[in-house]
Amino acid sequence: MAYPYVSEHEVRILSKYFGDPKQRHLDTYVERGGYSALKKGFDSGSAEVIETVKASGLRGRGGAGFPTGLKWSFMPKDTGKPHYLLCNADESEPGTFKDRELMRWDPHQLIEGCLIGAFAIQAQHVYIYCRGEFFETNQVLARAVEDAYAKGYIGKDILGSGNDIDVTVHQGAGAYICGEETGLMNSLEGRRGQPRVKPPFPAAVGAFGMPSTINNVETLSIIPHIIQNGGAWYRQYGTEKSPGTKLFCVSGHVNKPGNYELPLGFPLMKLIDEVCGGVRDGNALKAVIPGGSSVPIITAEEAGRCNLDYEGCVEVGTMLGCASVIVMDEHADIVKQVRRMVDFYAHESCGQCTPCREGSSWTAQILRRIEDGRGTEGDLDTLMEMTQQMVGTTICVLSDSVAAPVQSSIEKFRDEYLALIRRGERVGAA
Amino acid sequence: MAELIKLTIDGHDVAVPRGTTILEAAKTIGAEVPHYCYHPGMSSPAMCRLCLVDVEGAPKPMPGCVTTVMEGQTVHTQSEKARKNRQGVLEFYLVNHPLDCPICDMSGECNLQDYVHDEGREQGRGREPKRVFGRDDFGGDVLFYGDRCVMCTRCVRFMSEVEQDHRLTVVERGDRSIIDTFFDEGLDGTNWHGNIVDICPVGALVSKDFLHKARAWDLEHTPSVCTSCSQGCNIDLHTRDNLVQRIKPRENLDVNAWWMCDHGRHNYEWMNHGDRIEAPLVREDSGSRAVDWKSSLSSILARAGELGNQPVKAVASPFSSNEDLGALAQLVGALGGGETTFRSSRAEAEVPLKGFPTLVRRRDLAPNRNGAELIGFKRVGNDDGFGGLDKVAEHDGILIVLGDALVDQTPDFGSKASLYIYLGTHDSPAARNAHLVLPVTTHAEHEGTFTNHEGRVQRFWPALQPPGMARPAWLVLGALVGELTERSGPRKATDAFSSLSGAVSAFGGITYDDIGTRGAVVNESVSLTGD
Repeated sequence: MAYPYVSEHEVRILSKYFGDPKQRHLDTYVERGGYSALKKGFDSGSAEVIETVKASGLRGRGGAGFPTGLKWSFMPKDTGKPHYLLCNADESEPGTFKDRELMRWDPHQLIEGCLIGAFAIQAQHVYIYCRGEFFETNQVLARAVEDAYAKGYIGKDILGSGNDIDVTVHQGAGAYICGEETGLMNSLEGRRGQPRVKPPFPAAVGAFGMPSTINNVETLSIIPHIIQNGGAWYRQYGTEKSPGTKLFCVSGHVNKPGNYELPLGFPLMKLIDEVCGGVRDGNALKAVIPGGSSVPIITAEEAGRCNLDYEGCVEVGTMLGCASVIVMDEHADIVKQVRRMVDFYAHESCGQCTPCREGSSWTAQILRRIEDGRGTEGDLDTLMEMTQQMVGTTICVLSDSVAAPVQSSIEKFRDEYLALIRRGERVGAA
Repeated sequence: MAELIKLTIDGHDVAVPRGTTILEAAKTIGAEVPHYCYHPGMSSPAMCRLCLVDVEGAPKPMPGCVTTVMEGQTVHTQSEKARKNRQGVLEFYLVNHPLDCPICDMSGECNLQDYVHDEGREQGRGREPKRVFGRDDFGGDVLFYGDRCVMCTRCVRFMSEVEQDHRLTVVERGDRSIIDTFFDEGLDGTNWHGNIVDICPVGALVSKDFLHKARAWDLEHTPSVCTSCSQGCNIDLHTRDNLVQRIKPRENLDVNAWWMCDHGRHNYEWMNHGDRIEAPLVREDSGSRAVDWKSSLSSILARAGELGNQPVKAVASPFSSNEDLGALAQLVGALGGGETTFRSSRAEAEVPLKGFPTLVRRRDLAPNRNGAELIGFKRVGNDDGFGGLDKVAEHDGILIVLGDALVDQTPDFGSKASLYIYLGTHDSPAARNAHLVLPVTTHAEHEGTFTNHEGRVQRFWPALQPPGMARPAWLVLGALVGELTERSGPRKATDAFSSLSGAVSAFGGITYDDIGTRGAVVNESVSLTGD
């Protein structure tokens, strides 16, 4: 079976059953060893679960790469209040399509991870906040949750352990900002999906004002494997600081785009050339955005030096983000691509903070003018200066995400901007 | 007493209670950190990003409105980093702002204008077409100019947190965000919505009543007290050309904080009436004759001397100041004593401001009912402020009316009185039989005090020139008392008040200096009957 594309370089743990529709069924999942990690976790106790996850070195897969075990340990113990585990399934970063696959091919893997996570942080309720546009995914998840309830994997006294955990799938309404953790909480509570001011942090005051932890789909999906096999097992993959495997969503000008599960630290060029079958039509590589649209763009030369782990990306001046590799060949029009990304952020800005609300759309307007051949060189200085004003000055990091592609592209592809400005015409054909 | 936290702001050592925000702490050294969304009376969303300050050791600039002080912290509000941030944020505000200051009501008192003038860029860099929302009628007294809005959401939060009637919201997102009402419901029927015009930092929310009436810089502001009920909201009277143009609440956390009700806010036209009595009038068979003050007072004294000690009945108004009422009570005493009464209207129900429960539009629809009662006046009549004067109308001794327009009385009122003195702002049919009609000033025209529902004595100051020869009642009555008791009458309001505090124990020991602009509570516990 060849889920769209597979590669011999892959280490398929999370994605083992991608492309196999039977895996969605609870019976198949259990037959293949599912829900045994849950029992093991229950038997070992919540402190031991957290220790195992800490030992694995697992880092959050939503983009920030914060150590998951440490995050769980921040949750207060025995507060007498309800605790919540929130699963962030509002995957909407341009270029990212891993969580959707995890949920639609292997929903029980996620549910099992959610249950173990909830047990670890003493939460009685898990909310899976799923992106609104994922209609099929929402249905698959809802069906899986229903089945798991029916077989006693969710609900009261799970597997006779005495643990009560409920799981609710919440369908979002299609706003990127609801993928920001506190925006998600507001949306879940029925408010406007706007990020909250931190502090207080979610571990103290989260969903419904109660202690909450929020994890990405991919993070929670790997949990059953870590509990089953131990932290040391997980560390055999990846690097010292970025252990484990990671799903890479490759899109753009490659011959075989798709999801590939690779150990962290995998060289970027090897991913493009060997895993993805090279750049389309044998064209030269121009640029790569390795972590989703909100991280700085890198040149082909930088891509050659880039290893795909959290540290390796920082070394070449970008970030791993959620490992959404967008590849652009020599025909890509950088200005147009950047403008499209900024348009996206301008459209998705929640509108609270002034620098983001006004800055993102202003940036888009200037870029559009440059694209149309009506720009000036002064515009580039204005763009650099005003986007700098959008970094670190807002409640959440959406406005930083506008600045990253604009600043990095002006620094690295200034010639393309200047060519448009000077000739009033576009380079490239994309 | 909360624990004090010591920190340094702009090089000054500051000690403030734990939990104080940097923005509030900075105020203690007189450093005003520019801000829009923060308002001390509401929650802080920290979204305008203008109050970001530079905290040493912090990786990012911190919002001063929500960041609480920490021991040993060093904060800079004027550093290069802080100023550059404000300049940048202000530029963002101007990207879509219409800059229609010449036709904007807020011009001259606009925070955007002020901040940009102080710290904005000399030249704008915006070349793109501006976003246009247009104008919307929000109902009530409020017009919304969406293009001027800085999206601070103070108005939304006032309606949801303070008035607690969710009439406003933000719709859409990103740069399409705009304040809106729910369908056509608007603000009609709410009682406190005028406050959202006050707290709007720019000209996005403007008052229909004040629209294009006056420029802010032409207005004089005079501290005063609202007379529309016994709450005694602290206000400023904004005047131009000797007319009150509008009323704005004046901050006093003990009384009304930053707020006032719409009824009180719009109840000012009466202060501008032109049909005033402008000179003392002597009634003669042939009609009224205007005389000067000296001869009018002499004629009263002469007539009183002729009559000797006759029982006095005095009717006052709860709109009169403590000084006026005190002088009237003393005059009644000097004439041999008698009955002092007043009438006042009471509303059927209170109108509380839910989010600030000590602020209520009170049932007593007059500013000084408590003062009148403390000074010994008895309330008569019904809740409409009518009736209760049957015996007074027929009184055959000395009759003095102060401020009560007697609109329910017949022209025969006081026809049997041996001496009938009417002190008022307007002539009244029931004053036809008055031997003397004396023009007095409104509270907007003289200095004095009212005693509010909780017994707080509060000062007001003259905002308007009195018409013609009208004088404060305390001055007129005090002069008569002075003549009768062979002492000098009060020359200033403060004299009139000290005379009152000497005579009425509830006011004992209180001085104008004690009262200041915040008020001082009387010595006795008071409660308005029937509350």
